Amino acid sequence: MPTVVSAENLMKKYGDIVAVDGINFSVEQGECFGFLGPNGAGKTTTIKMIQCVSPKTSGKLEVLGMDVDLYPKEIKRNLGVVPQENNLDPDFTVYENLMVYSRYFSIPKNEAKERIEKLLKFMQLEEKRDAIIERLSGGMKRRLILARALLNEPKRLILDEPTVGLDPQARHLIWDRIRSLKKEGVTTILTTHYMEEASQLCDRLVIMDYGKILVEGRPEDLVREQIGTSILETKANPEVLSCLQKMKQEFEIVGDTIHIFTDSPSDLMFNLMGQCRLSQTTVRPATLEDVFLKLTGRALRE
Amino acid sequence: MASYLKFPKVSNWAWKVWMRDWKVFMKTYKVNFILPFLEPILYLLALGFGLGGFVGPIDGIPYAVFLAPGLISISIMNSAFFECTYGSYVRMYYQKTFDAIIATPLNLDEVIAGEIFWGATRSLINASFMLIVVIAFGLVSLPMALIIIPFSFIAGLLFSALAMCFTAISPNINALNYPIFLLITPMFLFSGTFFPISALPQPIQYASFATLPLVHVVEISRALTLSRWSGFLPLNLIWIIIVSFLLFVISINLMKRRLIA
Ligand SMILES: Nc1ncnc2c1ncn2[C@@H]1O[C@H](COP(=O)(O)OP(=O)(O)OP(=O)(O)O)[C@@H](O)[C@H]1O
Ligand SMILES: [Mg+2]
Repeated sequence: MPTVVSAENLMKKYGDIVAVDGINFSVEQGECFGFLGPNGAGKTTTIKMIQCVSPKTSGKLEVLGMDVDLYPKEIKRNLGVVPQENNLDPDFTVYENLMVYSRYFSIPKNEAKERIEKLLKFMQLEEKRDAIIERLSGGMKRRLILARALLNEPKRLILDEPTVGLDPQARHLIWDRIRSLKKEGVTTILTTHYMEEASQLCDRLVIMDYGKILVEGRPEDLVREQIGTSILETKANPEVLSCLQKMKQEFEIVGDTIHIFTDSPSDLMFNLMGQCRLSQTTVRPATLEDVFLKLTGRALRE
Repeated sequence: MASYLKFPKVSNWAWKVWMRDWKVFMKTYKVNFILPFLEPILYLLALGFGLGGFVGPIDGIPYAVFLAPGLISISIMNSAFFECTYGSYVRMYYQKTFDAIIATPLNLDEVIAGEIFWGATRSLINASFMLIVVIAFGLVSLPMALIIIPFSFIAGLLFSALAMCFTAISPNINALNYPIFLLITPMFLFSGTFFPISALPQPIQYASFATLPLVHVVEISRALTLSRWSGFLPLNLIWIIIVSFLLFVISINLMKRRLIA
């Protein structure tokens, strides 16, 4: 399968700040590829280099086999982009925003009109076509930005936190649209802070921190490799802690709870219950969020 | 220094940016087309006819006739300068319009070029309205004065490129007050607009010619409205073209430094 994006030793510095620190990854055609990471990890910076709006400091970066430094116009023509920050044009209505944007891609006017009708319907914005941007809710703005990103009928979509700040309904609508685009063969690159979003949409993802990629893989594989199938949670107290230590059982302490990663929760539970006096014990399936927190720690960023 | 003179990569796609600004302008065309009429009429009434009644003819020319090309030149300067300072700053910083456009096949060079051409277009529009007013008052010689229309676009480029340099280096929107008070206001007063430059001490005259863009614009505008030629006019025009071009290149490089980290 042809490669849509390939990065080797990709590096980006802003003055002394190293925002992206020599990362390697590739995105294959038709897949949904995710970037996860705490605030400031370098996700947006990576995305901006891919979409040719921010020049790389060093390393190799090719999009559709073209060098980002040499062919920005050709690359950008073939991408649809939803930026992290809304940048709809407040001087225009919903419809005009799409019309004006279509001109930047040199889409002929009649063609643009047809596409806009389809997109307004696709993103359920038909009733808002003459509304000014200021009057739109956050969810509508996000939907409009996605519609705008689809004007040039791109086969590759770049979505930087597409559902940030949206209610569950709006989020599900956007997920649904991303899935149906994927069915049409659109390659998607996505950043998100919602682990559920990443698990639901991404075929493959990387977790970044401090400009570096920590792990890469399929969401379910990452959970299995890093955690196991399940997590046993139990209340922490000195007695239980020393008991677990005596049993040479590995565990993590999160607040006043003990987390134990396992592939066979019932055996573990049976074993521990016999030896230690556990209280408030539950077993739940491991999730991507557990992987994320295990790898990037629990300390607040920025 | 050389990095600020790097030649920009501008194609005719820049007109797409111009078109965006034009569409916004036309959305409120009634306001945009009525206001430009109002200002010159007020100035002409107050200064040309009011004050002019106390001021004798200058070089044998009635004061209102002397003043008319000055007012047109000021309008050329102000419309381009305000469009490419406050207007462009709002689009760049608050509306993120430039960010949105450079995610499409257009590059930043083309965005800035489009903005500068749009600023010059504002000069052309406003100067044309002023021309209608001064023609109505019978203050200019026709048809020569009509050359002001294309000329106002060229002169507009000078001020929009200059403005764009300030926009690129302003840390915030209030900082744009500095070039307005320190550069635009003195130019407004000392460029031969309200009185001939020859009234000033000789060294100041030379300094004005060398450094104040508006001086050259007033010289040419006055020659056109009076139909009076002088051998210096080609020099004025060359000064305007060279400086506009330099400022155009510099402003794009400054903008790149600011926006493309
Ligand atoms: N234009 C800039 N100038 C200087 N530093 C920057 C710039 N943009 C980003 N940075 C820095 O680069 C680092 C990575 O930022 P980036 O926006 O890529 O993070 P992110 O992973 O997208 O974070 P978030 O989840 O908060 O969006 C941060 O330390 C940030 O402060
Ligand atoms: Mg980000």
